[in-house]
Amino acid sequence: MSHHIVELKDAFFKYPDGTEALKGVSFKILHGESVGIAGANGMGKTTLLLNLSGHLIPTKGEVSIGEVTLCQKTRQEIRRKVGFVFQRTDDQLFMPTVYEDVAFGPVNLGLPENKVNERVKNALEMVGCYHLKDRPPHRLSEGQKRAVAIATVIAMEPDILIMDEPASNLDPRSRRQLINLLNKFKHTKIIASHDLDLILDVCERCIIIRDGKVFADGPSDEILLNESLLEENGLELPLTRQLHNFKQSS
Amino acid sequence: MHMADALLSPAVGGTMWAGSLATMIYCAKKLSGKIDEKMIPLMGVLGAFIFAGQMINFTIPGTGSSGHIGGGMLLAILLGPYAAFIVIASVLVIQALFFADGGLLALGANIWNLGVYPAFIGYPLIYSAIVKKNSNSKAITIASIISVIVSLQLGALSVVLETKFSGITELPFSTFLLMMQPIHLAIGLVEGIATAGIILYVRKIRPDIVDNLEVVKNTYSTGSLKKLLIVMSLLAIITGGALSWFASTNPDGLEWSIEKIYGKPEVPEKINPVTENLSKLQEKTAILPDYSFPSKGEEQEKSPSWPAVDTGTSVSGIIGGIMVLALVIVFGMGIRIMNKNRAKT
Amino acid sequence: MKFDEEFFNLGYLDTLSYKDTFVHRLDPRIKIIVTFIFILFVVSFNKYQISALLPFFLFPVFLLTAGNIPIKAIAKKVLFISPFAVFIGIFNPLFDRQILITPFGIPVSGGWLSFFSIIIKFILTVSSALLLIAVTSFPGICEALSRMKMPKIFVIQLLFLYRYIFVLLDVALRMVRARDARAFGNKGKDIKTFIRLVSVLLIKSIDRAERVYQAMLARGFNGEIKVMKKYKPRFADIIFGITSVLLFYIFRNYNIANYFGEAIKR
Repeated sequence: MSHHIVELKDAFFKYPDGTEALKGVSFKILHGESVGIAGANGMGKTTLLLNLSGHLIPTKGEVSIGEVTLCQKTRQEIRRKVGFVFQRTDDQLFMPTVYEDVAFGPVNLGLPENKVNERVKNALEMVGCYHLKDRPPHRLSEGQKRAVAIATVIAMEPDILIMDEPASNLDPRSRRQLINLLNKFKHTKIIASHDLDLILDVCERCIIIRDGKVFADGPSDEILLNESLLEENGLELPLTRQLHNFKQSS
Repeated sequence: MHMADALLSPAVGGTMWAGSLATMIYCAKKLSGKIDEKMIPLMGVLGAFIFAGQMINFTIPGTGSSGHIGGGMLLAILLGPYAAFIVIASVLVIQALFFADGGLLALGANIWNLGVYPAFIGYPLIYSAIVKKNSNSKAITIASIISVIVSLQLGALSVVLETKFSGITELPFSTFLLMMQPIHLAIGLVEGIATAGIILYVRKIRPDIVDNLEVVKNTYSTGSLKKLLIVMSLLAIITGGALSWFASTNPDGLEWSIEKIYGKPEVPEKINPVTENLSKLQEKTAILPDYSFPSKGEEQEKSPSWPAVDTGTSVSGIIGGIMVLALVIVFGMGIRIMNKNRAKT
Repeated sequence: MKFDEEFFNLGYLDTLSYKDTFVHRLDPRIKIIVTFIFILFVVSFNKYQISALLPFFLFPVFLLTAGNIPIKAIAKKVLFISPFAVFIGIFNPLFDRQILITPFGIPVSGGWLSFFSIIIKFILTVSSALLLIAVTSFPGICEALSRMKMPKIFVIQLLFLYRYIFVLLDVALRMVRARDARAFGNKGKDIKTFIRLVSVLLIKSIDRAERVYQAMLARGFNGEIKVMKKYKPRFADIIFGITSVLLFYIFRNYNIANYFGEAIKR
């Protein structure tokens, strides 16, 4: 089971232009956990995710996925363990049809054709988009694109799913479908989002990032319902909680 | 300016296609192997950028009319010659298919006219010669203007030549030339300024992009390019010189060469079994003095063997033509009705 | 406004190309080859030919009707580009005044004949190019090109370009709308603003390319992209190909219109 542990040990990251985005982040995520990453804009959420998925390498400190510590040599290996869903779907879907996009990963893994077909079918069926397999990506709605983007990643059967703002630009129904879908997955999930209600619904644990450091780390039920903590971090109570409070007071 | 199918003869069209394909294969060879993986999405997105960029227009000072950039030189500066040529070709393919810009036969000519000159002459011979690693804005502007103007002039000249050698239009060589070159001089000036402006602005606010592109460009060697360029420029000069001599001092010579070319077309292999018949027919027409410039008072003997030119059969041509069109329309309507019925069931 | 229209047209033709009709299902390779041969035959006519060209309309009409393409889509485009052909062709009547034929007693100069010939050739070639894409999806064309041994990097380039055209056009459209909302008359549409707009678009594009590259790496990209093979030539494709080329050959070598006309005269 240990090969599914995500661990950051005092990780720092400085961008080439000097911006220090991560200033000593430490936490440990166990197999099957579902963790939300919250924080105001510019606090380091995306940088954190990029460091966890092998796109960026910490300038100081350590990131390890399972037994493997992230470095230039192990980058590819880490990328294979981690399925990263980008914030913008148009960046993630770059092949002529949905089928080919979802097949891209398995093909690159070197799987034979029948295996690729199997993976694509399963992934698309899991997100409910198999009927879209011959569509070009620019003919999909935002919600469909999002679902397909997730499929492209789970077709590689990663251990860990990392998502950057998965619900952005989704209409309410698509958002609800996304939440239901995410709850189906048994992978370890790390989700960065402004949508605190989503984090409440999907993640049992929440980490708040401020100024490149971990400000709070605990059960979502506690952190996301702590009004003063949230406001200190440029956040607000999740809407469901606000509604609840409002009802209580009237 | 884009070349059009209707102005091309199969021979000229086929030749230009051959040239463009050969260049494309050459570029593909140069790009295979050690190029930066990043090139693939970069080339694709930049092609889309050129497309989108061409849709944005601006008013040209002093004229009030609007213009837009072509982008060939900009691509060459950003990507280097080989990648730029491929991107330019891809943009032209989309234009030919979705916007009927030119046509499928003329596509070969357009890829040549708009791709070869900026990528292999404008950028390596002119722009790179003037602009070095830390050139100032003046150098970049001048280099950009000159290279764009030269590329566009060569492109315009090519269009005129292709039209003339195809022999479809009556527009005299010199008149067409006198129209095209000055217009493209003006267009070139504006596009050169715009291109320089873009390069400078990007360099100012995102120098990292410019640096990264330099790295990407240097992943494939341009050493042997110099030899190719010398050969090509010599060819260009020779042909240019020869043709202008033809045009100015020997109008009959041009006419003669046109007949020669048209009389024996090199039809591409795809329709080989038909080539014989085609060339027979075309030889028949070459006998007719179709291509002599009409001179006043000259009696033209028309051989009645070609139906379209015969008084008697021209009437049947007209009547029959109307019938043919009517039949075609009926045929089309029939299929539409068939489709509707099928859709209903 | 022109931007909007162009964008819309592109999207419209693209949408049409994904329909499911007999013509749409034909092998793209065959369609490309047949269209190309069509164009070659059409432009190979001499410059005074008109009547013999007319039967060639059968091909675009067939594609249009069997492919369920609304005629407006094609006609509008052809009309839109026609000024170019007219502009070039109009010189013919000016320079070639030799009277060549006098049907029904009306003298017609060679110049006018060749002018109309150009127009007809123009309509035929332009409409067939548009119809080719209207009945064949662009990825289909790319796949056909790769099977016809076009360099792989070019085919991949076409696919990526196609993928991101709609995205970037959208971005550019927004920028243009924003500019036009604050430009009055010609102020704001000057070249300086243009340079800024396009530069920003360029930067966004390059940044996007970088993100796409990262997304590709995230899914194991190692420099090679495989183009999926989807089509296999069937009996119907071959029949279509042979029939078409045969008809073109016949139309090219025998003036059908003339025969009809002669028949009627009798």
